[in-house]
Amino acid sequence: MWPEALFPVWEFPVSKAERRVVITGLGVLSPNGHGLDDFTAALREGRSGIRHHAHLEEAKFACQVGGIPENVAQFQGQYLTDEELFAMNANMIYAAIGAIDAWKDAGFEVPGLDGEADWDTGAIIGTGIGGIDTIAETLAPRTDAGKVRRLGSTMVEQIMSSGNSARIAGKLALGNQVSTNSSACNTGTEAIIQAMQRIRNGHAIRMLAGGSEGHSHYIWAGFDAMRVLNRTMNDDPEGASRPLSASAAGFIPGSGAGVLMLEELESAQARGARIYAEILGGALNCGGHRQGGSMTAPNPHSVQRCIRGALADAGIAGSEVDAINGHLTATFADPHEVNNWSKALEVTPADMPHVHSTKSLIGHALGAAGGLECVASILELHHGFVHGSINCEDLHPDLTDFAACVVHETIDVPDLSIIAKASFGFGDVNGCVIFRKFDKL
Amino acid sequence: MENQEIFDKVVGILKPFAKNEEALSGISLETSLMKDLEVNSARLVDIVLEIEDTFDIEVSDDDADQVNTVGDAVNLIVAATT
Repeated sequence: MWPEALFPVWEFPVSKAERRVVITGLGVLSPNGHGLDDFTAALREGRSGIRHHAHLEEAKFACQVGGIPENVAQFQGQYLTDEELFAMNANMIYAAIGAIDAWKDAGFEVPGLDGEADWDTGAIIGTGIGGIDTIAETLAPRTDAGKVRRLGSTMVEQIMSSGNSARIAGKLALGNQVSTNSSACNTGTEAIIQAMQRIRNGHAIRMLAGGSEGHSHYIWAGFDAMRVLNRTMNDDPEGASRPLSASAAGFIPGSGAGVLMLEELESAQARGARIYAEILGGALNCGGHRQGGSMTAPNPHSVQRCIRGALADAGIAGSEVDAINGHLTATFADPHEVNNWSKALEVTPADMPHVHSTKSLIGHALGAAGGLECVASILELHHGFVHGSINCEDLHPDLTDFAACVVHETIDVPDLSIIAKASFGFGDVNGCVIFRKFDKL
Repeated sequence: MENQEIFDKVVGILKPFAKNEEALSGISLETSLMKDLEVNSARLVDIVLEIEDTFDIEVSDDDADQVNTVGDAVNLIVAATT
C-alpha cells in the first residue's frame, strides 16, 4: 500500500465510509446538441440527431444513417490549439470538448502551461473502439507502402487507447489518476462508477468521468457486417433508432462525448459549487458468457445482479426508483432488458417506474453512450422531466404489460428524485448507477 | 528561391507548433525552435516532414538532428535547393 501522505491532503476530516460523491459539472457533445442548454432542449423536444450520411452509402453500408455531432470543426478551435488538433482524431477531440465543458461548468478555468499539476483531480474517460480512423486512414496504408518515416510523430498518441484522457490531462493539468477504461458499450457508465469509487476511497477529490467515441465508418463497419444495425430505414433517419419498438431492427451507430465532474461532497460545498445530483451508488459485473450470456448477449442473471448490486450500494429499494434510463438499443434484447429491470427492482410491470431510451434520439454512441446518457439522466433530475423515447409508438408486443411505464413524449416530473441508469456491453459486461437529485436530501 | 522567401515559409511551418507567441512574433534566424518557440521535441519530426513537402527535398536523419534554430533550417533548405 502507498503511504497515506501520497493521497490528497483532505481538508475535510470525513471517514471513507462517509465520503459522498456528487456531480458538480457536465459536458456533452451529442449528435442532437452541444452544450447543456442545447442538449436539454433537444431532449425535451424529442429532437433526433440521426442523419443520412452519403459516405456510408458510397461505402455500401447496409445501414447508412448515424449520429455525428454537427459543426464541430467550426468551434473546436475554441477548445484546442492548432498544435493540439494536429495530433488528434475525432474521438480525442470529442472527449476534450466534453471534458473542458464539464470542467468549466464545475466552475474552473482552463489553466495555463505554468504551475504544477492539480494533484487532487483526475480523469477516467473511456472509449470503446478508439482511434481506429487514424489506423485505417494513415498508419496502415503508409506502413504497408513502406513509408513508416512519413507517419510523423503523432501516431502513438492518436492510437494508444488512453489518447483521449491523456490529452485532457495536459489541457487541464490533472495530477491524479488519468486513464482510459474500455468495456464496449458499458464504457462510459463504468468510468463514472470507477471514478465514484476512487473518490469514496479517498484517493481523489475530483474526477472527470465519462466516455467518448469517434464517428469513423471504420468503427461502424464491423457492426454493419454483423447485421446488428438497422438497415431498413435509410430513407427515414430520424425514425431509424427504434428502441422498445415492434419494428426495431437493430441499433443506429452514434458518436460524441459525455463527461461528468464527480466531486467529494464537502469539497463541493466548501467551494460553493452547484450540485446537480448525488451518485448514491453503482455496480459493475460480467455474466461470464454463461446462463444465456455470450460475447454479444447478456446473461440475464448478471444483469439483474448488477442492478440489485447498485441498489444495495445506494441503500435504496427498487420501488424508490422514479425513472430508468435504460441501455435499450433497439435490438431483440430490449424486452428482455425491461423484464430484467422489473425482476431486479422487484416491482410488477404495473408498478414500474418511467422507462425511456436516450438512444432513440442519438443512436448508440458505443463507448460514449454511458457518458452521454448519464448526462441526460442528470439533466432530467436537475430540471424535473423525463424525455420522450421516440419511435416506439408501435410498442414491442412482449412489452404490452409494461405499456404504461414507457414514456413516448416528454413529461414534466417536478418531484423526480432517483434515476437508475444502466449500460450493457459486448463481452457480457454490465454497469448500473443510481443518481439522486441533490436537493431531495 | 530567395532566402527571405525560404525564411517566411519556414516561419509558416513553425507557427502551428510554437507555444511561445512572444518568441514567434519576434522570430529571427537565431531563434531556437525548442528553447525559444517551445516546440515540443517530438514535433521536430513533423516539422522536417513539412519542410520536405514544402520544398520538395529529402532531409536525412543526421541533417534533421542538426536543426536547432530557424537559421539551421533555412541553411539546410538553401543547401538542398541550390
